[in-house]
Amino acid sequence: MRLELGEIHISDIKLGDCSKVENGTLYVNVEELRALLLEDEDLASVDFEVVHPGESVRVIPVKDVIEPRVKVEGPGGVFPGMISKVTTVGSGKTHVLKGCAVVTTGKVVGFQEGIIDMTGPGAEYTPFSKLNNLVMICEPKEGIKQHQHEHAIRMAGLKAATYLGELARNLTPDETKVYETDGVMSGKEKYPNLPRVGYVLMLQSQGLLHDTYVYGVDMKRSMPTILNPTETMDGAILSGNCVSACDKNTTYHHLNNPVIHDLLEQHGKTLNFVGVIITNENVYLADKERSSDWSTKLASFLELDGALVSQEGFGNPDTDLIMNCKKLEGAGIKTVIITDEYAGQDGASQSLADADAAADAVVTGGNANMVIHLPKMDKVIGHIEAADIIAGGHDGSLNADGSIDAELQVITGATNEMGFNKLSAR
Amino acid sequence: MLVVTNNEKVRAVYGSLCPLQFVDGGHVDVLKTVRDLVHKGHKLLTHPLAGSVKPNETPFRSVALTEETGSVDMESLELIEGALGMLRQFKPRFQRGEDAPPAMREDFAEIDFRLIDGAIAPQLKKGE
Repeated sequence: MRLELGEIHISDIKLGDCSKVENGTLYVNVEELRALLLEDEDLASVDFEVVHPGESVRVIPVKDVIEPRVKVEGPGGVFPGMISKVTTVGSGKTHVLKGCAVVTTGKVVGFQEGIIDMTGPGAEYTPFSKLNNLVMICEPKEGIKQHQHEHAIRMAGLKAATYLGELARNLTPDETKVYETDGVMSGKEKYPNLPRVGYVLMLQSQGLLHDTYVYGVDMKRSMPTILNPTETMDGAILSGNCVSACDKNTTYHHLNNPVIHDLLEQHGKTLNFVGVIITNENVYLADKERSSDWSTKLASFLELDGALVSQEGFGNPDTDLIMNCKKLEGAGIKTVIITDEYAGQDGASQSLADADAAADAVVTGGNANMVIHLPKMDKVIGHIEAADIIAGGHDGSLNADGSIDAELQVITGATNEMGFNKLSAR
Repeated sequence: MLVVTNNEKVRAVYGSLCPLQFVDGGHVDVLKTVRDLVHKGHKLLTHPLAGSVKPNETPFRSVALTEETGSVDMESLELIEGALGMLRQFKPRFQRGEDAPPAMREDFAEIDFRLIDGAIAPQLKKGE
């Protein structure tokens, strides 16, 4: 499969009365976009703000971050199964508005979470502080249920990103990147001496506010299966996950999965990247056993020598992570896991809720319990009172001067378990 | 299937569908009840740390076990002891549901309900 990603670099977003991209600036016709989004009967209002890197702005609570893309050649359309038809994506040509994102905010449930600071110490922990963001404050109609509310905001973000992505359809990209993958047999013939490596991508799928969709299918209802790596770049995997800001994978993460990008970069050089095995993180223990059996079975079927496993979330998914690791290693497949830690504020406690001697190669996204001080920002978009009730916050997190003392886990993407982070100990 | 819960919402729906032990207490009390049942030979069917809502954040917890008993299942015991250890590590923010502000309480109860419902509804349909 071959996918060309044509990047159009965006250095600014301006709200106005005409939607277009011109000289690196994304202009958004607010009224047109709002009218499109308010077709959803569950939404009472949508307001827009633009935030730039370096500004003294705090966005809270963040639900999802989405990069605008449009399919310009080849089968299917972006976000298949949700926005476009379910046609298989991942080949042809896709245009990307690089350097910007749609950020959805609004109170989803009582303890919603996720902070993006555009400047200061908090900005260092989130990759989204480096983007020009169109923030959409979506408020639901009174009386709708939590699951309808989550659905309404999720769809609003996807619709807005699709609307903006369309603006790039006829543009000439500033930069084009080509991603090419091989079939199981042709890869083996082309690279007979390179180690066969696969990626086991664990998707959060426990239930309300903890869901991920693949071609529109709720992943908890699916058995583990195989994706071509480029499918993710066209939005085959979408986030419906609102919980655990620091280590949830937003849709932006799925579109730009760094494990996939790095493995493709090394494909044919140091390794043979055979494919992506997606699996779920369910609540029912028999599901965990079945899914980890299946991800291992698929890995063995692909005759992998090595596997990378990335996790999403904490606690219960640690069990899935360790099951996957143990079974892959047991099948003779050398395995590296990518996770994050809840090692207590002093970092002295056990980091994961589960462990096994087979997990002897671990990459960590950091300790989510580390306490940080986030100074006051000049402007707050969203619901600042959420700081008191988000995970990692506590009564008194929000100080009288507008600053926040809380654990690192309050920051969107801070300890991402795909390794999509800015800071490292290297 | 046997459900142990301190969530009224779960009791309201599942109380008539399967054996259910209601715990008048907090999250820790539910896990301790589950631990005792594991020692009596029940096996865990759902993970005691379901959800990414941190275990010390939510005051509600619902766990499904086998109704029948056998010899003590070591995997279940490890999981439940691990979950209790987690709550010792991170002090619960709300001892009981009543301690949480009403809007949050409702959300926590709904999420706990949806997590256990998503896990056990398909099993009950299968007649397990």
